Amino acid sequence: MKHHIQMSLNGDPVEVLVEPSQTLLDVLRDELGLTGTKEGCGTGDCGACSVMVDNRLVCGCLVLGPEVAGKSVETIEGMAEGEVLHPLQRHFLEHAALQCGICTPGFLVAAKALLAHNPDPTETEVRYWLAGNLCRCTGYDKIIRAVMDAAAEMRQAPTARTELKDQLQHAGA
Amino acid sequence: MQEKIGNPPVEQEFKWVGTRQVRPDGIDKVTGRAKFGADYNLPGQLTGAVLRSPHPHARIVSIDTSQAAALQGVKAIVTRDDFSDQESEFVPAGEMLVNYRDVVRNVMAREKVLYEGHAVAAVAATSPIIAKRALKLINVEYEILPHVIDVLDAIKPDAPLLHDDMITAGVEPAPTTPSNIAKKVEFTLGDSGAAFANADVVVERAFDTKPVHQGYIEPHACLADVSEDSAAELWVCTQGHWIVRAHCARLLGWDVSKIKVNASEIGGGFGGKTVVYLEPLALALSKKSGKPVKMVMSREDVFKASGPTSGAHIRVKMGATKDGRIVAAETELFYQAGAFQGSPVGPGAMCAFAPYDLEHVKSVGYDVVSNRSKVAAYRAPGGPISEYAVESVVDELAREIGMDPIDFRLKNAAKEGTKAAYGPQFGPIGLIETLEAAKNSDHWKAPLGPNQGRGVASGFWFNIGGETSVTLNLNEDGTLTLMAGTPDIGGLRASLCLMAAEELGIDYPKIRPIIADTASLGYNFLTGGSRATFSSGMATVEAAQQIKTEACRRAAQLWDMPEEAVLYEDGYVRPAGDNAGPQDPMHISEIARMAGKTGGPITGVAKINAQGAAPSFGTQIADVEIDPETGRATVTRYTVIQDAGRAIHPDYVEGQFQGGAAQGIGWALNEEYIYGDDGKLENPGFLDYRIPVASDLPMIDTIIVEVPNPRHPYGVRGIGETPIVPPMATVANAVRDATGLRFTELPMSPPRVLKAINEARAAGDTNLKV
Repeated sequence: MKHHIQMSLNGDPVEVLVEPSQTLLDVLRDELGLTGTKEGCGTGDCGACSVMVDNRLVCGCLVLGPEVAGKSVETIEGMAEGEVLHPLQRHFLEHAALQCGICTPGFLVAAKALLAHNPDPTETEVRYWLAGNLCRCTGYDKIIRAVMDAAAEMRQAPTARTELKDQLQHAGA
Repeated sequence: MQEKIGNPPVEQEFKWVGTRQVRPDGIDKVTGRAKFGADYNLPGQLTGAVLRSPHPHARIVSIDTSQAAALQGVKAIVTRDDFSDQESEFVPAGEMLVNYRDVVRNVMAREKVLYEGHAVAAVAATSPIIAKRALKLINVEYEILPHVIDVLDAIKPDAPLLHDDMITAGVEPAPTTPSNIAKKVEFTLGDSGAAFANADVVVERAFDTKPVHQGYIEPHACLADVSEDSAAELWVCTQGHWIVRAHCARLLGWDVSKIKVNASEIGGGFGGKTVVYLEPLALALSKKSGKPVKMVMSREDVFKASGPTSGAHIRVKMGATKDGRIVAAETELFYQAGAFQGSPVGPGAMCAFAPYDLEHVKSVGYDVVSNRSKVAAYRAPGGPISEYAVESVVDELAREIGMDPIDFRLKNAAKEGTKAAYGPQFGPIGLIETLEAAKNSDHWKAPLGPNQGRGVASGFWFNIGGETSVTLNLNEDGTLTLMAGTPDIGGLRASLCLMAAEELGIDYPKIRPIIADTASLGYNFLTGGSRATFSSGMATVEAAQQIKTEACRRAAQLWDMPEEAVLYEDGYVRPAGDNAGPQDPMHISEIARMAGKTGGPITGVAKINAQGAAPSFGTQIADVEIDPETGRATVTRYTVIQDAGRAIHPDYVEGQFQGGAAQGIGWALNEEYIYGDDGKLENPGFLDYRIPVASDLPMIDTIIVEVPNPRHPYGVRGIGETPIVPPMATVANAVRDATGLRFTELPMSPPRVLKAINEARAAGDTNLKV
């Protein structure tokens, strides 16, 4: 018996029927066709399915679909605003912080959550925050640099500051 | 920190090659738009699932699928009965060979299951839940057989036999009884046995390494759609879609032309996506059900059933004179292949001493089967294992004679003209340049803290060329479409566009690259062997030259002058000189615009068997810090120095250096397949099979050395594989420096290091430094 759930997905209202055993990741990918969120392990070890639920960073594979009823879900597909990339997305490109790119959506969502939480992280703080996101291609060097540079830009740029303020308000900080 | 060193020093002579452009597929990958293997869906598709063996070794007495077939929603089931047996025939898979007789048994067990996770049956059903339920209704009767996991156990005369007919190849006279040793290989130069007499110092050590998995974050996935007339289309994450096509056509007995394979974006491969697992099953299920079938491996299945690389036992003996000349070297290598023959022991034996200019060398290797999943290529397959052992012994030799390890390597380093023990004579190579760069680096000179040590090691990989097709279509507005057939794993499309831009004088952003499907482009061997930028780059340049020639011909026609009187330069055609004619230069976009009136479409079609691949040598430096309380070794600083030939896109060259080093650090310190006495894998998940995470690593510094490959139009060598060759010895040598203890077993995980420290302390070992 499927559950009928309503949620906010990247700011828009969404209704969907989900099996009780389906994870949020399954719902996003298989029911809603949003395949930007990836499955690398299904056990919460790799972070490829990182998404935000009510401004909290979670692994989509560890949340059951019916649990997000009435909640706000944000995925990689909601990160750019129209044609304007988020500074993290831009810095990932400029730093070549991806090779194969399968882990990239998860890293971006997790890094955005970090910067909402801590706009001026040290390298060590970035490394520990992102320790739940596995990348097998890059050795993390360029990813860490991209996140640090994006953070610096977001601390400077007025538009970025506004966005950050909004995020902090969302996060209740 | 990133540096670049040229030898000979090259001024930046290019507009595009060597610059750091944003990759053309980048936006799709930061927005979630890029489609990977599991991201394709078709209306009405079924879910495929695989029943896997719970036993490491058993005879299949019977398979009863009747109950599963009766379950509502189950549309097709395949077992061994759906695949014809195959003749024994070896064909290339990456740098390794596969035998079709084995491939058909690996994708679907026949007489026996040979490892835990071996596929026994597959179903296609209308939902994942039904597919899973159906698997439970398949009744397989097994006769359980004794199993063998470890490589040294597997070569014992009384070991359980995996294949009753396995007679060791490469031994004269041929053995009369079967064993688990599939093959012996041997490479010799001079007379190492006698030459040891000239050594002042001889070091001999035995080493053990564990199987490690490629660890791509994207599990194997595919979507198959077969029509009633057997026209098949497949979407799959693979390093080589022409190889997938070939294997599937062979296993299913279908015409090659019937199968169109589309390479999705690929979420890492590192050699592991050069073979087939799910693809023939998905096609067979789709054919039987008449519906599209999607199959995705779980992470547990990836660990249990897809190829890791070999674990091994290695013996190395090397002798040197007091003044630092290596006079003799021998190694004996036992590589476990998994359930079917085909470990990378051949390349391992060839690589072992390749960095050195030696007169007396002997490398002997054995390919050994045991009840584990069949190994697949993993980045420089075979090389990291043998070179770990050799570079550890080289470090010991340098210590014994009291010589700096870089100076010792410099004294023996292979250079242009050196004859390698495995046969060829090297052309221009950059090993000495990498060693000198290491010696001059800040890293090598920096002071060390307490409980810290520093190690250095070098490494080699052959690199390959092979069959390659590239098509360039000059569009009517002067932009360019580039079609290549080597899947892009780490920035290939960017590099190809840079070379096309450089050749044609068309701006990089005006070129749109695609990885074409198997029906749209000539044959391509796979992305592997560090061949993609080399081979597809060579083909791109050839195709671009065709466009230039054609553009000149069209201009000559318009200008009514002989073809040879027209030159192509920086995106313009122009008369060759003042005498040729007064015409103003014409931009390629004008030629493109008029193509319809001057003879039709302008394309470049290169179809080559790329020759002239040149090896890449590298040297790496690691600092590690040992926690004497826990035995944890932490890498605190790391530098990768490697000859790239020429870095077409330096960001992605550095990325390969850094990524290979990180994988090697994981191999050195953490990663291993752990089996229980029951022959079952105990750590088939990323929690217990721990690849390096961001907080485990420091920044990884790089120094790109450029000794151009004279056989490539832009000097390209392959660079993807060499970076994983030196790390294990680099880290082991650093751990030796920090602790005073030589570790001969990988990984140097905290329990092993702690045990060794405690034992050394208890024994009053004066070498102990922590």
